[in-house]
Amino acid sequence: MSGIPEERLRPLPAAALRVEGLHKAFGKLEVLRGIDLDVREHEVVCLIGASGSGKSTLLRCVNLLEPIDAGRITVGGVEITARDVDVNALRRRIGIVFQSFNLFPHMSVLENVTLAPRKALRQSRKECDAQATTLLDRFGLADKRDEYPDRLSGGQQQRVAIVRALAMQPELLLLDEVTSALDPELVAEVLDVIRELAAGGMTMVIATHEMGFARDIASRVCFLDAGTILEEGPPRQIFSAPREERTQQFLQRIVDAGRL
Amino acid sequence: MIALLSTAVFVAVVVVVVTRSPGWGAFKTYFLNWSIYKDSFPEILHAFWLNVKLFCVAEVLILPAALFIAVLRSLQGPVFFPIRALAIAYADLFRGIPTILVITILGVGMPALGLSWLPQSEFFWAVVALVLVYTAYVSEVYRSGIDSVHPSQAAAARSLGLSHGQALRFVVLPQAVRRVIPPLLNDFIGLQKDTALVGTLGVVEAFKQAQIDQSATFNGTPYLVAATLFVLITIPLARFTDWLIARDRKQHQAGSLA
Repeated sequence: MSGIPEERLRPLPAAALRVEGLHKAFGKLEVLRGIDLDVREHEVVCLIGASGSGKSTLLRCVNLLEPIDAGRITVGGVEITARDVDVNALRRRIGIVFQSFNLFPHMSVLENVTLAPRKALRQSRKECDAQATTLLDRFGLADKRDEYPDRLSGGQQQRVAIVRALAMQPELLLLDEVTSALDPELVAEVLDVIRELAAGGMTMVIATHEMGFARDIASRVCFLDAGTILEEGPPRQIFSAPREERTQQFLQRIVDAGRL
Repeated sequence: MIALLSTAVFVAVVVVVVTRSPGWGAFKTYFLNWSIYKDSFPEILHAFWLNVKLFCVAEVLILPAALFIAVLRSLQGPVFFPIRALAIAYADLFRGIPTILVITILGVGMPALGLSWLPQSEFFWAVVALVLVYTAYVSEVYRSGIDSVHPSQAAAARSLGLSHGQALRFVVLPQAVRRVIPPLLNDFIGLQKDTALVGTLGVVEAFKQAQIDQSATFNGTPYLVAATLFVLITIPLARFTDWLIARDRKQHQAGSLA
């Protein structure tokens, strides 16, 4: 035993995210009807599908923002849907970025980014400020450090929201239609940020309507339909040769709308 | 210019109508006696100092107490049902009872219990009564502020790993309190005026002093003195409130334009 480095003794890294048999209903409306999904480390999984197919709800469940009705969710080998978990500690490992940015309007960009590291991780202000400044600089937001959110464009706000999630150094990043609320000319700057994160090896689950982007960036694409993952596979296969009729119909509508 | 002219005409009409009224002569002697006004002013001003003290002490207690009640009412989940229910019952009860009754019941009733360890001072019970009544009102103001902050703000804070308490303290409450400052000041104006009700306990504040002077002179002018003093502090506060609302609206518009 003594000659073997400790690393070798550890089991193979568990899936970064594993969702098993996830069910979620809002009242009588069944939104998720048995979702199974595995995401390995450094993988980028894109969720596509019509509005109401359950993409956002799935992401909100993974971040425990919605209580689930049945199933299991495991992040980095820890079952986060177990009864006795520390929800706050778990959420720190999972970042989420919303369609509507949800920046804190009464705080400057820097305060938005450093709030959680300071209060949830209890890091010193100096340490947090330095880390936040580096991150903001990396995403071209250094000069916006002391601005308030309402002085920023939508694209800038969304980039700040991504930086705010990154400041917690999450092992998994969930992006919920992060470009859907943006003017068309601002979409690119946000997608570029996500591309950079993917290149850096960030594990991400992305709900998106940007099919071209999904085709470029995804290691795997999941097509959600009526609360289940109807079809999944590499983007080439899903976009060029979908097997399921529903997937074909969905993609055809996107093509007809001139969006692919 | 037009505003000035129309105001002048309006005032002139009111003056003519009032001074031509059949009882004007009697009214004038009863309420507008300049020498009595001058004579009673120092005493009533001295008594008014007690109103200011009542107001200040009560206010300092009301602000945190009301916030506490509002936060209790915002607690979610079935576990906190009894706490929520208590907070609701409290707010309903003390907004429902006329302030003068709360003051009388506490101010007369508590000392009458004859419990030596209970404070006997009317001032003490007057402050307690005002705090109980106005905390109920102000907690509702805070609560409307908390409700006005979109749930996505709390969700964003929780998603970053902040606890419910931290999300409330750093994200929801700062936004909520900022939004309710104008209605809060409005309630303070009400509180300032209601300090006059404490006179019913025999505490010599401005209204009570005016009553005493009135019965000594058989002239109502001292009431006018008390009214002047109240107006001197409530009107600046009302103008300040309006100014804050206007400033808030301007900022809001500038924000949505950006």
